[in-house]
Amino acid sequence: MSEFLEFHNVSKYFGTIKAVDDVSLEIKKGEFFSLLGPSGCGKTTMLRLAAGFENPDRGRILLDGEDITDLPPNKRKVNTIFQSYALFPHLSVWDNIAFGLVIAKRPKAEIYTAVEEMLNLIRMTGEADKKPDLLSGGQKQRVAIARALINKPRVLLLDEPLAALDLKLRQRMQIELDMIHDQVGITFLYVTHDQGEAMSLSDRIAVMDSGHIEQVGIPAEIYETPRTSFVAAFIGDTNFLEGEVSELVNDEYCRLKIAGIQGIVCFNDKSMKPGSPVFLSIRPEKVHISRDRPEEESKRNIMPAVVEDMIYLGSTTKYWVRTGALRIQILRQHFRFFLDEKPIRWNDDVWIWWHADDGFMLDRYREVDESLIAVPPQKVGEPEESPG
Amino acid sequence: MKRDSRGKFQEWILSFPSLFWLALFFLVPTLFVFVFALRPASPYGGMGQGWTLENLRRLADPSYLIVAWRTLWISALTTAGCLLLAVPVGYHLARISSRWRNFVLMLVIIPFWTNFLIRIFAWKVLLHPEGLIKHLLMSLGLAGPQTTLLYHPAAVVLVSIYSFLPFTILPIYAASDKFDFQLLDAARDLGARSFQAFYKIFLPGIRRGLFTAVLFVFIPSLGSYVIPDIVGGPAGEMIGNKIAQRVFVDRNLPQASALSVVLILSVLAPLVAVLILQRKKERPEIF
Repeated sequence: MSEFLEFHNVSKYFGTIKAVDDVSLEIKKGEFFSLLGPSGCGKTTMLRLAAGFENPDRGRILLDGEDITDLPPNKRKVNTIFQSYALFPHLSVWDNIAFGLVIAKRPKAEIYTAVEEMLNLIRMTGEADKKPDLLSGGQKQRVAIARALINKPRVLLLDEPLAALDLKLRQRMQIELDMIHDQVGITFLYVTHDQGEAMSLSDRIAVMDSGHIEQVGIPAEIYETPRTSFVAAFIGDTNFLEGEVSELVNDEYCRLKIAGIQGIVCFNDKSMKPGSPVFLSIRPEKVHISRDRPEEESKRNIMPAVVEDMIYLGSTTKYWVRTGALRIQILRQHFRFFLDEKPIRWNDDVWIWWHADDGFMLDRYREVDESLIAVPPQKVGEPEESPG
Repeated sequence: MKRDSRGKFQEWILSFPSLFWLALFFLVPTLFVFVFALRPASPYGGMGQGWTLENLRRLADPSYLIVAWRTLWISALTTAGCLLLAVPVGYHLARISSRWRNFVLMLVIIPFWTNFLIRIFAWKVLLHPEGLIKHLLMSLGLAGPQTTLLYHPAAVVLVSIYSFLPFTILPIYAASDKFDFQLLDAARDLGARSFQAFYKIFLPGIRRGLFTAVLFVFIPSLGSYVIPDIVGGPAGEMIGNKIAQRVFVDRNLPQASALSVVLILSVLAPLVAVLILQRKKERPEIF
């Protein structure tokens, strides 16, 4: 697979706002690539730059080696699926799908076969004569996909295509999108703010924030080895621990001092020297919790803690525990249910532990990203022992 | 069922005042006009006794046919001119920021603050052989001393476009404002050039506004009387002037009525035809 759609140092400003700030990105042929980020992070601007609706203030955009920066949208071999679908209300489903080929002045017979083929692909042969007003959200979505795909674009651009659908339909359309991607085998550039969607659909993800790309990688990389506090907190939940390297154990591991707690073992993939400050990100499900003290192991960090808050979520329970000055979030999967086991309750003394490999050192930490982390609900789950 | 008939009754009560008003001051006078057209004229300016088709027969007079034809093409040109100017204005009005939009809408409405007649007379001054426009055109070498601007059908078209333009801008702007401009992005994305997107997607998208605008210009323009009377001269006469002449000069009300009947029917017939056609087309979609 080779680079197919490339952004080279692309910047786009709206007045003083840097919507896209010096972004470079390579998307490979046939890839399902997602731009993931909160609203206003510049992901939609990236898509509009690729479509040609916006022109970059700086930088070049290449498609299959050809510079398309200055081409108008109608000259680019890319097509867009809009969030609002943007179906033409005065045209029937059939005419909507045929639009691109009619504009391109293709022979009638060819248009006819192509449209019928598309109607089959989206399973809407029965609705061909309907106006878009009479379609359901999912049907509109499928017509929008067919209308774009019929032009055989080199890249399909999707702007939050599932955002307007309800949950069940969204899940079905996710599967459908995935199937269509496998069937037609063209490159998808997918913009979304929904990390679950991006995780489940994409080959690779670029996480964006305030006009920058924070990290690019396959979903597991993004989740397991977040480079910045933003990525760690935006994708799933996490704990941030601020500390300092106190000594090196060997080439691979070091000991940290975190909030007064000495001797926390950590994988030192950044080759930090003693004395340098570090920020750790530990996923809640990587931290274990138990009433009984676990066995000591060389790469296991064990510490006592007190349960401050908990939420029962069915398949899992979420705990917030305090150890010294630290508050740590823990997600525990219930594998087995023992009626006779004494469950962990509020204010219980517990032991928590995690493996040295599960704390991941961040390249960059910003305090504001703490706000993305789930905090315990207020006034819910008061300790039973307290009066009232 | 009960509920339904009660709703119907309330509907009648609510629309009664307007229906009554229209019946009394529009429908009945129109019927009078139809009746007068079939009466002979009396030499004293009133209605004679009995019935006659003479007034209708006299409409075949070549001088009427020339004026009728002129009325038609002046109205058509006026409508076309108004649409050509109003569509771009409506399009941009819908796209600019709301502060600018209010300002421009204000500019569109401001001319109404001056009396219609005064504005038409102002045009007479402007188009006069000694007027500003003539001097301007002469200094640019576009007009000779013999060129007449006033008392020419073109002057009627020009002033009509000026007068009716706000009535086209407003409905077209209202329709454009409701138009989803992302559809133009979508059309461009699917390979359409800007102009193709404009006429294949934008114009059909505002078709209701266009239809209203055409009605607002074409129909009043067919019955124009003041504008051709002031800036048209004999060469720019329209049906409206002929009707006025029959009433004020000849004191021949039946003949004036016959002319009016032709005017009313020529407006009404195509409108009714369009409405019937539309209803026929829409019926299968309801079920």
